[in-house]
Amino acid sequence: MSVNTTTTVPIVSVKNVGKRYGAINALSGVSTDVFAGEVTCVLGDNGAGKSTFIKMLAGAHAPSEGEMLLDGEPVTFSSPRAALDAGIATVYQDLAVVPLMPVWRNFFLGSELTKGWGPFRRLDVKQMKSITYTELDNMGIDLRDVDQPIGTLSGGERQCVAIARAVYFGARVLILDEPTAALGVKQSGVVLRYIARARDRGLGVVFITHNPHHAFPVGDRFLLLNRGTSLGDYAKSDITLGELTSLMAGGAELDSLAHELERSMGPDSAIVQELEKEAEELPEAAREEVPRPAAS
Amino acid sequence: MTTTDIVTIATRPRMERQPIRRLLARPEMGALVAALAVMIFFSLYTSNFMTLAGAGVWLESASTFGIMAVAVALLMIGGEFDLSAGVMTGFTALIVGVLTTNYGLNIWIAVVISLATALGVGALNGIIVMRTGLPSFIVTLGTFFVLAGIDLAVTKLITGQVSIQGMAKVPFYDTIQPLFGSSIRIGGGVFYISVLWWFLVTAIATWVLLRARAGNWIFAVGGALNSSRQVGVPIMKTKIGLFMTTAGAAWLVGMISLFRTSTVQANTGVGQEFIYIICAVVGGCLLTGGFGSAVGAALGALIYGMVFQGITFAQWDTNWLRTFLGAMLLLAVLLNHWVRTRAGGGR
Repeated sequence: MSVNTTTTVPIVSVKNVGKRYGAINALSGVSTDVFAGEVTCVLGDNGAGKSTFIKMLAGAHAPSEGEMLLDGEPVTFSSPRAALDAGIATVYQDLAVVPLMPVWRNFFLGSELTKGWGPFRRLDVKQMKSITYTELDNMGIDLRDVDQPIGTLSGGERQCVAIARAVYFGARVLILDEPTAALGVKQSGVVLRYIARARDRGLGVVFITHNPHHAFPVGDRFLLLNRGTSLGDYAKSDITLGELTSLMAGGAELDSLAHELERSMGPDSAIVQELEKEAEELPEAAREEVPRPAAS
Repeated sequence: MTTTDIVTIATRPRMERQPIRRLLARPEMGALVAALAVMIFFSLYTSNFMTLAGAGVWLESASTFGIMAVAVALLMIGGEFDLSAGVMTGFTALIVGVLTTNYGLNIWIAVVISLATALGVGALNGIIVMRTGLPSFIVTLGTFFVLAGIDLAVTKLITGQVSIQGMAKVPFYDTIQPLFGSSIRIGGGVFYISVLWWFLVTAIATWVLLRARAGNWIFAVGGALNSSRQVGVPIMKTKIGLFMTTAGAAWLVGMISLFRTSTVQANTGVGQEFIYIICAVVGGCLLTGGFGSAVGAALGALIYGMVFQGITFAQWDTNWLRTFLGAMLLLAVLLNHWVRTRAGGGR
């Protein structure tokens, strides 16, 4: 299923990158690799630096420190367009679709196929419809009617159209910004399947999420972010779902939250009891790796 | 990897789109039904509505509104308004009138200068809207009043009157007049060339909307501006182009009214901008952009022309026209809202 990570050169490799906005350190010391045919998951809570990280990958922001390698060569992207030309496509949360337009028009929006010359240059509607149908079919989406407005599709299906579009237009690396965040359990499952499909077609996938249960089944590599720093970059063989979950949840933070609530709500309140129990159940390793937040 | 889920979503019960349903979801359907109803009503109620003479009158009436409604519809599909569209028709005609009658400029050159000025104002509208991010409603309301003031003040300053006289005596007037103001007699009816212009503009606009890249971009910038930018649609070019198209259409209508009557009033076109918008909305355009049709807007204008003249034929008080238009607009908006929630917006 996955390519041997030790013998191939990663498509994209980031080494100790960081980003400062003026005096604010949004991200520092982050390293990971994206290999063809693998899924690199970027996990972190709100404000962990996930969006700063993808903006650097996608070329929207240049890193202030560290370096990025593309096929082993150092590279800096001056714009999202430059990243796109290098084959790094980003599917943002709003998916960049126009809800009232038909699926096929959305699929080719901005890169329409035309035929004819001069003032008679016109859309090659037949060709675009058939390519849309075939490409979606290849991703396992059987839309009988590519003429329906994309707004009539479910959230998961729309996500998949956006992924299929990026794949068709030559993406080698696909960055997915929280594709499952707004979806229900079943729809999330559908999207995860398409992520696996894209991976199986040889793309390097960067899957940003805050849900370890979504990341673990499809991921080959996990980059954990917390408050702008890396908590580690693990291969799948080095980590279990339980450890991933506890790292994400922040065992130590859970502890301190329980203490804090104890003061305000009393040690016997149900919520405090619950939290303490949860913190105790976490593996010891998880609690130590997370730095205790500074007392406020 | 199993495909059970994939099969599940593919066969998930969804709106089965039979041909009838699909037809009903077309933006211009409401206007088509309304146009037929109005036509049948006045044909039965008055004796001379459905004659060649009558048709010539209401087609002429609909034509100039139709040209503007189609251009305004494109702009509205692109997500913008142009309140200066009405006064622009007078502005362009006045430029030609003043330059020829007062300064003796060649009429062909004056017509071209008028077009260039209109396109310039249109581009300015577009650039201000796009650069500042202000609503086009406000920006073009400003342009509207600026132009309305210029029309009156400059015309009065230069000619000492509030209308242009003596156009027909301008040299070469006869070489250009047929292009915009000629008519032919068919049976007992007089049919103006403006009707042809109207059909032509509608046909070109429809082709562009449905079959050209620009049309794709118009729907996209009106439907979701940010998404369009992200996938590489040239949003500046598209929107500014739309404002210029509207201004260009206003120039065409200005020329038609100038050369049909060989005179122009300084307040020509003021107040008509809302009629264009009403025609476009009755024709199925959404006020929020991203949806609509050129044929629909043309039908909206046809309804306007038929009601306007039908009320006269029926010898009712013409003031009822406005009441009728208002009611039509409300109905159309309600219908559009319903269609959108059924066909597009929701799941």
